[in-house]
Amino acid sequence: MILQRLFSGDMPRSKVLTVLLLGILLALLLTPFIFPGAKALNVAAKILIFIVLVASFDLLLGYTGIVSFAHTMFFGIGAYGVAIALTHLGPTWTAVAVGAACALVISLLLSLVIGLFSLRVKALFFAMITLAVASAFQTLASQLSDLTGGEDGLSFKVPALLMDGFQKMIWDADLQQFLPHPRMIFGVEVNGKFVAFYLLAAATLVLFLVMLRLVNSPFGRVLQAIRENAFRAEALGYRVVVYRTLSTMLSAAFATLAGILLALWLRYNGPDTSLSFEIMIDILLMVVIGGMGTLYGSVIGASLFILVQNYLQDLMKAASQGVSQVPFLKDLIHPDRWLLWLGILFVLSVYRFPAGVVGKLRMRARRTT
Amino acid sequence: MAFALETKDLTIRFGGHVAVNAVSCGFEPGTLTAIVGPNGAGKTTYFNLISGQLKASSGKVFLRGKDISGDSAATRSRHGIGRAFQLTNLFPYLTVMENVRLAVQSRAHVGLNLWSIWSSHKDLIQKADEVLETVALTAKRDMAAAALPHGDQRKLEVGILMALEPDIFMFDEPTAGMSVDEVPVILDLIRSLKARRDKTILLVEHKMDVVRELADRIIVLHNGALVADGEPAEVIASPIVQQAYLGVEVAP
Repeated sequence: MILQRLFSGDMPRSKVLTVLLLGILLALLLTPFIFPGAKALNVAAKILIFIVLVASFDLLLGYTGIVSFAHTMFFGIGAYGVAIALTHLGPTWTAVAVGAACALVISLLLSLVIGLFSLRVKALFFAMITLAVASAFQTLASQLSDLTGGEDGLSFKVPALLMDGFQKMIWDADLQQFLPHPRMIFGVEVNGKFVAFYLLAAATLVLFLVMLRLVNSPFGRVLQAIRENAFRAEALGYRVVVYRTLSTMLSAAFATLAGILLALWLRYNGPDTSLSFEIMIDILLMVVIGGMGTLYGSVIGASLFILVQNYLQDLMKAASQGVSQVPFLKDLIHPDRWLLWLGILFVLSVYRFPAGVVGKLRMRARRTT
Repeated sequence: MAFALETKDLTIRFGGHVAVNAVSCGFEPGTLTAIVGPNGAGKTTYFNLISGQLKASSGKVFLRGKDISGDSAATRSRHGIGRAFQLTNLFPYLTVMENVRLAVQSRAHVGLNLWSIWSSHKDLIQKADEVLETVALTAKRDMAAAALPHGDQRKLEVGILMALEPDIFMFDEPTAGMSVDEVPVILDLIRSLKARRDKTILLVEHKMDVVRELADRIIVLHNGALVADGEPAEVIASPIVQQAYLGVEVAP
């Protein structure tokens, strides 16, 4: 019952999917312990951040049926908000709060304007308008280099807790005597990154569950109705413009929060890490691969995509060395060709699972019961 | 008597074509008015002007004496004008239940509730189930609307209108394309609505026997203009209806 409430009555509804999601959750939560090294931790953190980002995009694309290319703009606003505040105000939580609040206000206003002015036009024009606004914003961000650091971006210090403050807190409070190995838990050093990782995981979990609630609320149901048939939704008495605008604003707000998490994790922000169109395309692919209109799809999509993006090259390197005697094959799976194979993999997955991984799994589960 | 609904000089032009031409007509509360006329006479367009899918070029629509000409379709729906469409107009990939539940939810004004879980509104679900019962779709409640046969889609269309519980019911050829054994379900529904005497019903229908039985009054549209208005027997006997429906040649 509590589980039902927590998941807003929207359970995975497929055994395979449940196992997959639990597996991903466990792997992410245990990353510091079972996958040593900075790369694994960074990949896990990126997956966490992108789960929020992709879920927020699905709110718009999958649930409301709105195609927007301005999603990374809101992601970037969040990241820049915190980055600029921390650079100029110093590494305090007050600075984080100020940066986050400003970023949220800017995102909400911008999405309100985009929503009100352009959701009345046809879907294609709306997509074009968002593309134009986002690219204008990207140019602006790199031009205002005094504020944003231009193309180089901003490196900054984050509040002490996320650096090495946790240790300091223990020593300052004279708590070390109560802990057998105050610097270690199961042989893993408890440093700023460790603390930051678990705060990030907690934030992701909360944000994901909040979004799950939103899409399963009466409001979320209206969004799906609008996606299916906006004309009829209007005839039922739902003011479509209001709902679409709210959906745009909510989606923007969650993307902004994801951006805030990104900046705090990386301690750096630049146009390529949060604003670029490459990220936009990546999010689009993650939503489609995971399954549009199912928030669980964002978990699967983000995990799968980022894992492949980070480890396919390593895998190919190993395979290529394994067949170093075979002339043509060796070149075909040379690690330099990883992007080609990434592309082929995605074309295949979209072709095989048009409803996404989650859509496919749920369909199968429904057929067997 | 005050009209539940009234149109005054309602007109819409598409370019040079006048689809609805200065139609002035009042509908008394508790009555069923049939709107007949040949194809292309402007019946559906007249409906669209009343329920707000189209905005009039000139003229006005009054609901209980209040000018609603400037209101959107959503606002008119919330104020009690309910509409079933001629061409089935559903949420295709949502379940039959959800199609009706969305209408119940709109009526209950909880659409902007962002934080409760939809399934915790048990009263709305129960209400939707009751509506499904009346249109004989209970057995198919969990099917996707798009997967229903045509006749069931028409029933669902009517079910959605029922769930809205409007004051003004607008049926646009509700039985079109239905098989003979399905038609009575819909006609019984309209009959029982009419028997309540508190709802105003507008019915576009081609089947003259249906019209003759159900209507308190018939209005005839022809080339966008209102050409006849009166008691069913009298209007059906009029030359214009005879010509349009029975192919009787009438001397000019």
